[in-house]
Amino acid sequence: MAGATATLNAAHLASLNQARHYEDSPATRDNPLVKWTILSISLLFFAGFLLLPLATVFVEAFKKGWDVYLAAITEADALAAVRLTLLAAAIAVPLNLVFGVSAAWAIAKFEFRGKQLLITLIDLPFSVSPVVAGLIYVLLFGAQGWLWPYLSEYNIKIVFAVPGIVLATIFVTFPFIARELIPLMQAQGKEEEEAAIVLGASGWQTFWHVTLPNIKWGLLYGVVLCNARAMGEFGAVSVVSGHIRGMTNTLPLQIEILYNEYQFAASFAVASLLAVLALITLILKTYIEWQAARTARDSQQEETP
Amino acid sequence: MSIQVQNIRKQFGSFVALNDVSLDFPTGELVALLGPSGCGKTTLLRIIAGLEQADKGNVILEGTDASATHVRDRQVGFVFQHYALFRHMSVFDNIAFGLRVKPRNERPSEDVIRKKVTELLKLVQLDWLADRFPSQLSGGQRQRIALARALAVEPRVLLLDEPFGALDAKVRKELRRWLRRLHDELHITSIFVTHDQEEALEVADRVVLMNHGSVEQIGTPEEVWNAPKTPFVYSFLGSVNLFHGRAGQGALQVDEHSLTHAEDNIPQGAEVIAFARPHELDIDTDLTQVEGLRARIARIQAFGLTARVELERIDTSGTLHHYEVELTLERLIALQLRTGSEVRITPSHLKVFQTPSQPHTAPYIAAGI
Repeated sequence: MAGATATLNAAHLASLNQARHYEDSPATRDNPLVKWTILSISLLFFAGFLLLPLATVFVEAFKKGWDVYLAAITEADALAAVRLTLLAAAIAVPLNLVFGVSAAWAIAKFEFRGKQLLITLIDLPFSVSPVVAGLIYVLLFGAQGWLWPYLSEYNIKIVFAVPGIVLATIFVTFPFIARELIPLMQAQGKEEEEAAIVLGASGWQTFWHVTLPNIKWGLLYGVVLCNARAMGEFGAVSVVSGHIRGMTNTLPLQIEILYNEYQFAASFAVASLLAVLALITLILKTYIEWQAARTARDSQQEETP
Repeated sequence: MSIQVQNIRKQFGSFVALNDVSLDFPTGELVALLGPSGCGKTTLLRIIAGLEQADKGNVILEGTDASATHVRDRQVGFVFQHYALFRHMSVFDNIAFGLRVKPRNERPSEDVIRKKVTELLKLVQLDWLADRFPSQLSGGQRQRIALARALAVEPRVLLLDEPFGALDAKVRKELRRWLRRLHDELHITSIFVTHDQEEALEVADRVVLMNHGSVEQIGTPEEVWNAPKTPFVYSFLGSVNLFHGRAGQGALQVDEHSLTHAEDNIPQGAEVIAFARPHELDIDTDLTQVEGLRARIARIQAFGLTARVELERIDTSGTLHHYEVELTLERLIALQLRTGSEVRITPSHLKVFQTPSQPHTAPYIAAGI
């Protein structure tokens, strides 16, 4: 999970060029046999463990034809699951966006006690199993939970209802944007912001005209990853959801239910929706990485005039 | 506009960056804050700008206490060592930034902004670069744009933090001449921070020498160069020879040697250090005389207008001392000096300081020759 938050820089481009140089030079070239062996191992692995399952999803989804597929994904429960998934992501992603930017801002631009602790805590959702995360909410808000007396008094339902799902989603997607921005903003320092303030800009103007343009690609990258995770989360959401059909099932939960009920075609059809989302995410991610590398290359030129 | 700082103190953890600094910057002058890295000069500049908060003391701008005034209301122009240009904005937008972020009722119209920016670009002689981005400019061009951007808001003072520090030697020289000309044109009160003595002496009206968070000397470049007031200033400006010894009758005792000097305000027998510039020393090959410091010639460099002779001496405790003597070429030829020969060094002028009770003489040697 944490590996997905690769930092964006142009360094890998440079290392690419280096690798090419390394291979071209007869002095450093390895036996071609080594190269092809390593390449085929990784390609076989890739095909067997990544490509094949992905293809299977679509094959299984369309096995019984287009009509069954359409029926499966337009069925009322499936649509409800799509709506709930979108809703959870629509709430979790903007909240984490605000949180991520402010946490990264605080860490990169200010000095305060407990900074290192905050950086460590941000990673908590990465290190805690999602099931445990879900359980925490059940223990807090559930019928035997600490806050249950107050919640029941006002008739507020959190666990086994939509708020619980949103909370669990926020928890597990919490680090993505912050993790992406912290190294980026630390590397950029605060000179440009200082320059803006000396020139008379307000805090908001400085953020909007100076900070945001500098972090936009990192921010988008974080949002894309955060969104993918928010829509695909299973463990934490499963614990708090209660699996009420048409009410508290997100797409991943819906897939599980359908599968357990031996509705293979339908379950794969719904799964294909998530797979498509994953593919879109990958395309977006690649585009953003490409853009960010371009920006990084520009500012690298800036370092060495 | 005049700037005064009064009793400024700033501490970072246990490190005292500024220790009770009071300074007066008169209107219209270009003042250099000069000192080694870590002497507190940048911190002082940032406190004047408001980017840093002093632990104690006041910043007074034009007679009014500005210590509590927000940076954006102080109307100062600040130029950063690494330019800090907004990298995603064109040169034009960079310069226009300060005008565009003004509150609506003070903000000039786009036409006025355009005119103003064009004017500033002409002033820094880069009007053909308006549409470029910072990454497409050379270091020198970037710093000039940064200066134009700072000037756009018509600041009351201009603060420059090592403005040429990131540039190569040739561009640096060019730019500092240019900065001097610009200052003569605009007469805006300016303070610039530098660790490069040549830069400070060449550009500034007045130089403030700082060390260990305190002001060592203030004066015109001529004053600080010709009459250094403290051991630090002596050793920081130019190359200098250092002698450790004991004060005697009209002479300085260095081990068994004695160096004549005129100053007699130091009690006899006191531990002293003495400074002499390379041109204030002479060489005598007559070893029968007692006066002077015996040393061995290590190297002779006879190019340029004058010759430099490097000498070495091993004192009674076995420590090696280096000296540098500057002679006219005629004198060098007359003396017929040879590498390896033993000679006497005789000072024409010595500046003697009583060794302070807490001796920190080691840095002087390091900063000396």
